[in-house]
Amino acid sequence: MSTSRGEGTRGRIGHRVPGRGPGPGRGRGMRDVVVIGAGVAGLAAAIRLAEAGLSVEVVAKGVGATHLAAAVVDVLGYAPGRVDSPAEALPAFVRDHPDHPYARLGPERIAEALSWFRGRVAELGYRGGLQRNLLLPSALGVPRPTALAPATMAEGDLRGGGRIVVVGFRALKDLHPRLLAENLALADVPGGRVEARAAEVALDLGAADLGAVALARRMEDPEVRKELLTELEPAVADGEAVAFPAVLGLDDAPGIWAELRGALGRPVFEVPTLPPSVPGIRLFRALRHALRRAGGRLTMGAEVVGAETGNGRVTAVLTRTGSRAVRHAARWFVLATGGVGGGGVGSDSTGAFRERVLGLPLRFLPPEGPPFLPGYLGAHPAARVGVAVDERMRPLGPDDAPALENVVAAGATIGGAEPWREKSGEGISIATGYAAAGTVLAEVG
Amino acid sequence: MDGTATIEELVRGSLDRCVKCTICETACPVAAVTPLFPGPKYAGPQLERFRTGGPSPDRSLDLCSGCGICTHVCPHGVKVAEINALARAAMKAQRGVPLRDRIVARPATSARLARPVAPLANALLAAGWFRALLERSLGIHRRAPLPPFAGRSFQAWVRRRRPRALPRAVVYFHGCSTNHFEPRLGRMTLEVLEHNGLHVAVPPQGCCGLPLQSNGLLGAARRYVRGLAARLAPYARRGYPIVATSTSCALMLKREAMEILGLEDDPDLRAVSERLYDVCEFLLLLHERGELRTDLRPVELTLPYHAPCQQRGHGIGKPALELLSLVPGLRVVESDVECCGIAGTYGVKREKYDVAMAVGEPLFRLIRDAGADAAACDSETCRWQIAHATGVPTLHPIEILHRAYGLAPPA
Repeated sequence: MSTSRGEGTRGRIGHRVPGRGPGPGRGRGMRDVVVIGAGVAGLAAAIRLAEAGLSVEVVAKGVGATHLAAAVVDVLGYAPGRVDSPAEALPAFVRDHPDHPYARLGPERIAEALSWFRGRVAELGYRGGLQRNLLLPSALGVPRPTALAPATMAEGDLRGGGRIVVVGFRALKDLHPRLLAENLALADVPGGRVEARAAEVALDLGAADLGAVALARRMEDPEVRKELLTELEPAVADGEAVAFPAVLGLDDAPGIWAELRGALGRPVFEVPTLPPSVPGIRLFRALRHALRRAGGRLTMGAEVVGAETGNGRVTAVLTRTGSRAVRHAARWFVLATGGVGGGGVGSDSTGAFRERVLGLPLRFLPPEGPPFLPGYLGAHPAARVGVAVDERMRPLGPDDAPALENVVAAGATIGGAEPWREKSGEGISIATGYAAAGTVLAEVG
Repeated sequence: MDGTATIEELVRGSLDRCVKCTICETACPVAAVTPLFPGPKYAGPQLERFRTGGPSPDRSLDLCSGCGICTHVCPHGVKVAEINALARAAMKAQRGVPLRDRIVARPATSARLARPVAPLANALLAAGWFRALLERSLGIHRRAPLPPFAGRSFQAWVRRRRPRALPRAVVYFHGCSTNHFEPRLGRMTLEVLEHNGLHVAVPPQGCCGLPLQSNGLLGAARRYVRGLAARLAPYARRGYPIVATSTSCALMLKREAMEILGLEDDPDLRAVSERLYDVCEFLLLLHERGELRTDLRPVELTLPYHAPCQQRGHGIGKPALELLSLVPGLRVVESDVECCGIAGTYGVKREKYDVAMAVGEPLFRLIRDAGADAAACDSETCRWQIAHATGVPTLHPIEILHRAYGLAPPA
């Protein structure tokens, strides 16, 4: 073909480009894997796949729940009583909960995934394990059983009791040191009791009101920390461990924590604040870094609005840029969009539920009846809604066979669990993300 | 919402989805450096309920740079930046738009006035006393990065050039900055596209209206963008891809004019939006089809690459990274910094310059620490800001490809 009359470009437009839009997406443009969702589950799967040498793109509407969660790794905290050892409790738990994602995985794969995860975010220095849950104070001073916690939090373990001074910053409204201290004193902990008191530091930070993230940024200034220590040293009594709101820096929290710990000469730990969660942002950044280091790509602001399917396979998912669709073609897809809470499962006022990307069949739907129960922390009828998966994390169709050949699911998209009541959210995300990646690796090689 | 809701209603209605999770606040680059801006959630969804047509309840919104990161990171689909852009425009309409903002919102007008005397105008812009005068009289910060005017526009150069007859064609939307300040970039873009067998049509074209929009002059912005869309739409309707080197102007045509200016019913704009590609996005699609030439020579450079906010707003990932990864010898350092601070015309304003520089500081540090000879960024005002703050020459990714293809640098 030739251009139409080649003199002057003005107004001359020659011939059109064949194949409008982004083409069939074969060859170089096709990824090995597209992961939908940038929460812990999606990122864990993506990192494992990218580290194995596959080309991986994560597409996500926005950031996930990492920015709201405490960044501890809950594996099994209640079943239904408080769990002391997840390793000991898991075999009976999966026997009693045959529909739970943990029942698909089994305790060994959960342990393997957790140990892999710690290595991926080594800079955060996660402590703990499946043998014994840590018992860390929540923002309200309630002991929270959790399997792993970043180095900056782990010394808050309440087991055995002890004396704690809770440091409050006047400018921070998202953690109430007295409430925290008073509740801690009431806490039921094994092996002793907790004595706690609050100490507020006035520390002039140039603002009457600072959010947790803003405060964390201020804490990165060595001068601010010096002032903090000057004010704090006389206020701390012998034998007291020091609890801070989780604002000890964004970029170098382990370093700042170690510095304060050294200066104060005693255990120091962070307690999660109300959202936004500074430790959660650190975790997101560490996971993003691990993904990048492994050569994976992260595309944010890209909501999946549709999919191309055929012959029992997904060929591409679609996002939008302006009025145009963008195809993300891949050999495999990891669905890690979250559940009812995270937006991966939509619900409406008629009580209808829908898996929003692929329209996969949902299980564990609430029975007919009132959509709410009277008890505030009771079992919500819709709490377990999600897709069902097989041992390889493949979502199941109505006939219990895999619904699509090249799709695996991870995280809260998978139903059958009650993470809020069980304290199992991150454990499910990490273990299913790891396992979903394992399925793809086994198939792609 | 039923099918009759306008985009404007959908944008404003999206605030009902805000659950106050504060994720936008954690990402806002302005709130990170100044306590005077309370953050996008506070200034946006939270205050929006008090904006009922009366006087705007809070002036802090003026400090929002309009970078759009809040919308980009929101996991609930709240159009935070768009809500704030509309509220900011309403606030400015109530309080009056300063002369300075009316001038910086029309870079092409200044450039056309200055071109006949470009050497003199550029000497003045480089003179400390003149910049001090400009700061006192208009409120343009004396150290703000202002690009020199080109002696000859890109359009003038294109009109005298013999185009190469090539089998397929694309349309080049070069934007005001290439036309008036960086015609070199236009020439290199044209040569890179031609090197890949594409005939490049460069129709006459005006401003997309983005600087007007971000300065709250929505009426004028609508006129400008409609005019531009009318110029480009005939090509779009015939199926030609339109490629753009100015990533923020491209976003304006793709999405922002419809969402912020409420022009979703403009048929020209819709046609253009469907055919518009950021130039790196387009070249990467060629590569995916196996149609991009990869006769790339080594370019031995350590190159920090910063994807600007407006590029990330496209929701297409970072195609420049993929393209640059094809160049042998190039060591690309990806920036995770949210923003360089300039946000178009924001950082040139006297009262905002320091905020803009503080916003960009982590990026400037990254570039300085990388020991880089050059940096890369898709957006022109960001390039000027980065070069100004670091002293490191900052290039469009196309300039690197141009060099890697072994094409002769423009004189």
